[in-house]
Amino acid sequence: MERLLNVTTILSILLVAMVLFSVRRSHIRVEYSVSWLAAAIILLVLSRSSAALNWIARQLGLADPPLALMLLVFCVFVIVIYRLSVVISDLKDANIAIAQRLAIVEFQLQNRNED
Amino acid sequence: MKPASGPHQLLILIPAFNEIGAIAGVIQEVRGVVPDAPILVVDDASTDGTDQSARSAGAYVLRLPYHLGLGGGVQAGYKLAYEFGYEYVIRVDGDGQHDPKYIPVLLETLRETGCHMVIASRFQNGNGNYTNSVRAIGIWFFRLVLRPILGKPVHDPTSGFVGVNRQALQVFTGSFPLEYPEIEALVVLQRKRFQFQEVPCRMRPRKTGRSTITAVKSLYYIFHVLLGVFINVLKFEGRRRKDSP
Repeated sequence: MERLLNVTTILSILLVAMVLFSVRRSHIRVEYSVSWLAAAIILLVLSRSSAALNWIARQLGLADPPLALMLLVFCVFVIVIYRLSVVISDLKDANIAIAQRLAIVEFQLQNRNED
Repeated sequence: MKPASGPHQLLILIPAFNEIGAIAGVIQEVRGVVPDAPILVVDDASTDGTDQSARSAGAYVLRLPYHLGLGGGVQAGYKLAYEFGYEYVIRVDGDGQHDPKYIPVLLETLRETGCHMVIASRFQNGNGNYTNSVRAIGIWFFRLVLRPILGKPVHDPTSGFVGVNRQALQVFTGSFPLEYPEIEALVVLQRKRFQFQEVPCRMRPRKTGRSTITAVKSLYYIFHVLLGVFINVLKFEGRRRKDSP
């Protein structure tokens, strides 16, 4: 179990570093880095606090705390990915609306020039 | 293209994507049937010169900056028609399958019955031909699914040969399915308690190109549209998305 927790700690730190690096380079906008940073910090705290992990495992009825950790990892990333799906859907809707508006404005300009 | 006024209240909308082989013929045929109605070709970023061919044939062309798919293109045409004040829009496919001689029938039905949408139906008199067996099963399946949702039977829910009035146009400018829009559009209208009618017609084989819905894609189509139908039935409209008009 200790090794799994250590690996989770390292991965969480790597994730935080990667997200901060990407934000600094403007590869990720700050508002979209929040989900990833929150996920990484939750995992970091749980991997370093066996008392918290044991408590969560007991609440979930799981005898094995690493299983609780894996379940939490899964849930956290499902939430992050779901949030990104919402963002992508909004962007796609906005993108289509802009493309249609651009085509209509171009049409009207061309129409005006021909008149 | 002039904003609608007086008798010029009908717009013919032709969505087209890489239809250079058929588009000019379709425009000429439509013009022969409704010479006074402006024809708007929505070119969904074709790469074969469809837009130039349509312009040469005398149509107005709304060219999209990138490929949006059938629903995105049709909705762009509906938005333009609504902004220009058109009362009726009849959609004719750019591949030559839809015989323009039915346009006056569709227009008359819209005007006389006051319904919001009229569908040219291949199967209303039971004389239509199915393009493939999977598609036939799909159409049969959606007739069954839509019957209780729409409250009346629909014989040809996948027909793209449709006419809409201004009220339906207004609804479609805000909400129109992007992919395979025909069936979901019926559900969108049903949620507004709008009425539709079907009129019998015969469709022709396409002049060029291939259908976007092949036998293999039909299965994906059925799943996709079924999901879209139920999402439209369940859609919450109490709080509109911030980008909606």
